[in-house]
Amino acid sequence: MFVSLFILTLLVVTAISIARIRDLWAAVMFTGIFSFLGACWMLILDAPDVAFTEAAVGAGISTFLMLGTLALAGKKEKPTKGSPLVPLIVVGVTGAALIYGTLDMPHFGDPNSPVQTRIQPSFVEKSQPDMHGLPNVVTALLGSYRGYDTLGETAVIFTAGIAVILILRRSSTEAFGSGSTPKKGSK
Amino acid sequence: MDSFPIIRVVAKLIIPYILLFGFYVQFHGDFGPGGGFQAGVILASALILYGLVFGLPAVKKVAPPKLIEKLIALGLLIYAGTGFLTMLCGKAKDGDHAEHGRAMANFLDYGALDHHFLPGILPHGQHLGIFMIEFGVGITVTAVMTMIFYCFAGRHPETNSASSTEATP
Repeated sequence: MFVSLFILTLLVVTAISIARIRDLWAAVMFTGIFSFLGACWMLILDAPDVAFTEAAVGAGISTFLMLGTLALAGKKEKPTKGSPLVPLIVVGVTGAALIYGTLDMPHFGDPNSPVQTRIQPSFVEKSQPDMHGLPNVVTALLGSYRGYDTLGETAVIFTAGIAVILILRRSSTEAFGSGSTPKKGSK
Repeated sequence: MDSFPIIRVVAKLIIPYILLFGFYVQFHGDFGPGGGFQAGVILASALILYGLVFGLPAVKKVAPPKLIEKLIALGLLIYAGTGFLTMLCGKAKDGDHAEHGRAMANFLDYGALDHHFLPGILPHGQHLGIFMIEFGVGITVTAVMTMIFYCFAGRHPETNSASSTEATP
């Protein structure tokens, strides 16, 4: 209980500092910290697979990608033009709507919530004989029962990679020539 | 980064363990948390760390971009190929399939991969199918993340502005 409150407080503090800070470099570091805290929080909620992904992707790769973007785009945020009133109203209304939406959600760990009653028991019971004793139900779900979905996700990652290559690679000789360094190519 | 000996030494010490952990997550994903996606990201992060500390040319020697390009497609091919393999090499065992008189198993129906070769040592059936698709996912994710790193790190802002000022007059 204490640990949960501690992590949630830290999450709020980190989120506010990200919103307040003007140095983009520090803001990117704070987003990495935010992702790590989120991973800790998911671990407390008994979702190690999600926590794993959050720590590896959210805190690791995306922080690095943001830093790479900053190296190309500059470290300082430009001063905002116009009054901050309209964005504040939009954000306030959206946040209020989201909080209003959570009021209808079942409490955490509620045994009568649809998540606990509908799908999960049958999969947990079925997966042991189906998978020849493969113990990880999450992997069994993702890989076998929802194999088509995971194939689609892999195709999405593939497409994203191809898109990044197409957008960011300027010429085949400069970025990918193994012999010549980029400086020689640009000269 | 030539002038940061501590970073270089620490990176050299850490990178093997990151790689080992990545492979552990990849091949132990059937039993514990983890799987191809997480393992791919961890393996790619080891490559990225190497690139950050020792420079882009060094990491391009280890993982040539042309190879990485092909690995992006290979992982997805392994995944989809597993699906076609199950279609080809198995007969549907479920009763409903047999009623329709189909000779083939479904796409990605790993039950078709059952075999009795070295039971207990080699995975078989569903386990083998999951192992293969996770392997494909891991390859694709590693390659895509590494390729994104190459694309970002291969661009130089100063040469960008220089070329644009050259282009404007």
